[in-house]
Amino acid sequence: MFTIDNYVMAENLEEAYSLNQNRRNVILGGTMWLRLGRKKIGKAIDLSSLGLNNIEEDDEKFTIGCMCTLRNIETNKSLNKYFNGIIAKSVNNIVGVQLRNGATIGGTLFSRFGFSDVLTALLSLDTYVNLYKGGIVPLSDFVNMPLDNDILINVIIKKDSRRASYLTHRKSSSDLPVLACAVSNYDGEWNVVLGARPMKAKLINIKKNYNLTKDDVVEEMLEIIKQNIGFGSNYRGSGKYRQILAEVLVRRNIDEIISGGNHGN
Amino acid sequence: MEINLWINGKEFKDDVLPDTVLIDFIRSKGFYSVKRGCETSNCGLCTVLMDGKPILSCSTLALRGNGHDITTIEGIEEEALEFGGFMADQGAEQCGFCSPGFIMTVIAMKNELTNPSEEEIKNYLNGNLCRCTGYMGQLRAIKKYLEKGSK
Ligand SMILES: Cc1cc2nc3c(=O)[nH]c(=O)nc-3n(C[C@H](O)[C@H](O)[C@H](O)COP(=O)(O)OP(=O)(O)OC[C@H]3O[C@@H](n4cnc5c(N)ncnc54)[C@H](O)[C@@H]3O)c2cc1C
Ligand code: FES
Ligand code: FES
Repeated sequence: MFTIDNYVMAENLEEAYSLNQNRRNVILGGTMWLRLGRKKIGKAIDLSSLGLNNIEEDDEKFTIGCMCTLRNIETNKSLNKYFNGIIAKSVNNIVGVQLRNGATIGGTLFSRFGFSDVLTALLSLDTYVNLYKGGIVPLSDFVNMPLDNDILINVIIKKDSRRASYLTHRKSSSDLPVLACAVSNYDGEWNVVLGARPMKAKLINIKKNYNLTKDDVVEEMLEIIKQNIGFGSNYRGSGKYRQILAEVLVRRNIDEIISGGNHGN
Repeated sequence: MEINLWINGKEFKDDVLPDTVLIDFIRSKGFYSVKRGCETSNCGLCTVLMDGKPILSCSTLALRGNGHDITTIEGIEEEALEFGGFMADQGAEQCGFCSPGFIMTVIAMKNELTNPSEEEIKNYLNGNLCRCTGYMGQLRAIKKYLEKGSK
């Protein structure tokens, strides 16, 4: 369990950012993950009073404040009308409703966990993070940036008519995934993302003619994935096992996108 | 630091250390139905409602409860007793250790979802672990309880 010397309800982002430059201070998300650690926190910086717990929508995009919980995202009807509902699907197995009522999108994406369902799903979409100092950065770049002391203010998901599909393999329904896979297709481009490899999610962008038959698409993609995405071992599964799982999950996701199939896990 | 919140409708003002977790604050006020299980956000035993939503009191800072309404089983005794009757009828309880958190989540689900399907019930209760029963008795109890409520 962490310890906290002082608690600061930030009055604005500049205050939060400057406090966060001290290595002993931390930004609080939902504290679900921080709680598991043993950090001796000097100042715990709370962003709760900055109005960052809303999901806003305009013609082009959704803007999700960093303090929105995973449950807010799961139950937001507008958001889940898009992308075949993969955002809700990606949080659905994260422990339980209670944890999802606590865990925030800011804490989730800023941490860039190797096992992250949400990171995997959002990488397949046209997603950006808005950082206080770093500005707006595509999630596909942010995922590979080193952890620093910036603040994630909100997450931007561009609206488009992309078709998407998300699947994971888990040993039990509320455990971390053994492997997570998201695929999306838009305007002749395929995004294939594999997460919980167990390393951080990796995105492969493949530009391929939309009219190819399913078998062509699948075989070519599997070959590209084999060449470009590595899998590691941990006590949930070996790299070899994950490689086999990846083929199955990618196939099923492509199948769902092309033929409107509906694979459960 | 100063904190001011309501537990089961009663106001509490106090000074807390910034790293006090909600479960400790609630229990220190005499609400012992709230139990400590895994303390790693996995089991759901410590579930309480904050403004009607189920949360994990083991992993939520007490200060995050400031200005909010907290509900424990003591605050919904009648409903808890009624649902407990359905659990007993279905043989859904063995050691009973998981029951406080389980009951809180069932009540939250009943308030949040209308006519949930079996899939939705299972999904809502995913975060409440029971090491004894295998969940089938509990599922039967919930269905009967909801059926009765909708009659
Ligand atoms: C038991 C357990 C099981 C889990 N299982 C899964 C799973 O199966 N799949 C999955 O995808 N995820 C899983 N998670 C992760 C979870 O979904 C959240 O991603 C995680 O709890 C972090 O979110 P939080 O709001 O709790 O962040 P916190 O714990 O509050 O913070 C995490 C880190 O992010 C920093 N931070 C928080 N907000 C910001 C911000 N706005 N800007 C900059 N830094 C910030 C904090 O300083 C801290 O370093 C699990 C978590 C737990 C505790
Ligand atoms: S004690 Fe809180 S989730 Fe187990
Ligand atoms: S009845 Fe024993 S843990 Fe659930």
